[in-house]
Amino acid sequence: MAELALPKNSVVKAGKHWPAPGGAKAVKSFRIYRYDPEAGGNPRWDTYDVPVDAVGPMVLDALIYIKNTIDPTLAFRRSCREGVCGSCAMNIGGRNTLACTHGWAEVPGKAVQISPLPHMAVVKDLIPDLTIFYAQYASIEPWLHTTPPEPANEWKQSESDREKLDGLYECILCACCSTSCPSYWWNGDRYLGPAALLHAYRWLIDSRDEATGERLDALEDPFKLYRCHTIMNCAQVCPKGLNPAKAIAEVKKMMVDRVI
Amino acid sequence: MTSYRTPRSRAAGLGSAKHGVSTWIAERVTSVALVPLALWAVFAALRVAPMGYEGAVAWLHHPLNLTFSLLFAGLSFYHMGMGMAVIIEDYIHRRSTLVTLLLLNAFVWFGFGVATIVALLKVALATSVGVAL
Repeated sequence: MAELALPKNSVVKAGKHWPAPGGAKAVKSFRIYRYDPEAGGNPRWDTYDVPVDAVGPMVLDALIYIKNTIDPTLAFRRSCREGVCGSCAMNIGGRNTLACTHGWAEVPGKAVQISPLPHMAVVKDLIPDLTIFYAQYASIEPWLHTTPPEPANEWKQSESDREKLDGLYECILCACCSTSCPSYWWNGDRYLGPAALLHAYRWLIDSRDEATGERLDALEDPFKLYRCHTIMNCAQVCPKGLNPAKAIAEVKKMMVDRVI
Repeated sequence: MTSYRTPRSRAAGLGSAKHGVSTWIAERVTSVALVPLALWAVFAALRVAPMGYEGAVAWLHHPLNLTFSLLFAGLSFYHMGMGMAVIIEDYIHRRSTLVTLLLLNAFVWFGFGVATIVALLKVALATSVGVAL
């Protein structure tokens, strides 16, 4: 059965309140999911009061402030701090997005609630286990398939064919889309998910690729592809403004094109 | 819980079933066909309701009425069966429950579909109106 309630050891308990350093008055509260597998016990919600004058505008600025100034044990991934690397994807105010490009003032409600990407195993605090997510991406063989593999000079592509990759190549694999998808929640072990399928389409319509048929063969599956029910959460949350649902629909159309 | 399978192996699973597009097409074709058929069924029900028993039997004797009734019933059950199967596959993960429910679903949609078609034919193919069936 689909999990309608959290397993007992995943229920999030009330945690600690961390006041702002120096007793600052103007503060914004951040309610953050904490889980440490080594300490054992259930995850908890810790609340941190962050002085608004001391912190930059983005959620990531606040997280870095908390880690540097209030609680160094808080764990999260981050790297580029400008929406290019996809490391700091997390669930902020109930919505998957990148902490580095999302302003904390935009989050509705009294406290900014932050938890790891939904329905993934948690490594620690805000860090989800993305092993299978990356393996699913690798499984669509995201590289150019040609015979022979090396061209005499270069593989040529017309400008119009290159344009077909726009809206696809920009994906940074942050996993916001896949982990917002109910189909991926319920069948993440068999359904490839919007991110991997968007990349699958990126190679399917690459004019230089010679393995279109084999790629379609590998995708035609009731679970790998057809678990997509056009729920559209993927397109709603994509921090890069891409539309994985449309890419998946295009893959389904290609499947039809080769039988009719 | 510990598994020594590599992530790639787990992501690949048993590989592609190389099947799915025919079901996808069947879902859409039956949807499109059911739009006019459902509208027709509503009008037919409104027309037949005041006719009484004799009138309704006579109505079903008309070849077009019978054809559309059979199409509406058959396609509805087929479409319903496919939809229900998708819901079961989405939400049920224990293998034994999944297979049991899929079997039950298949028996229900096919069984009730056949029963409905038999009922329609029995009424429509009775030699004359008023014969005791």
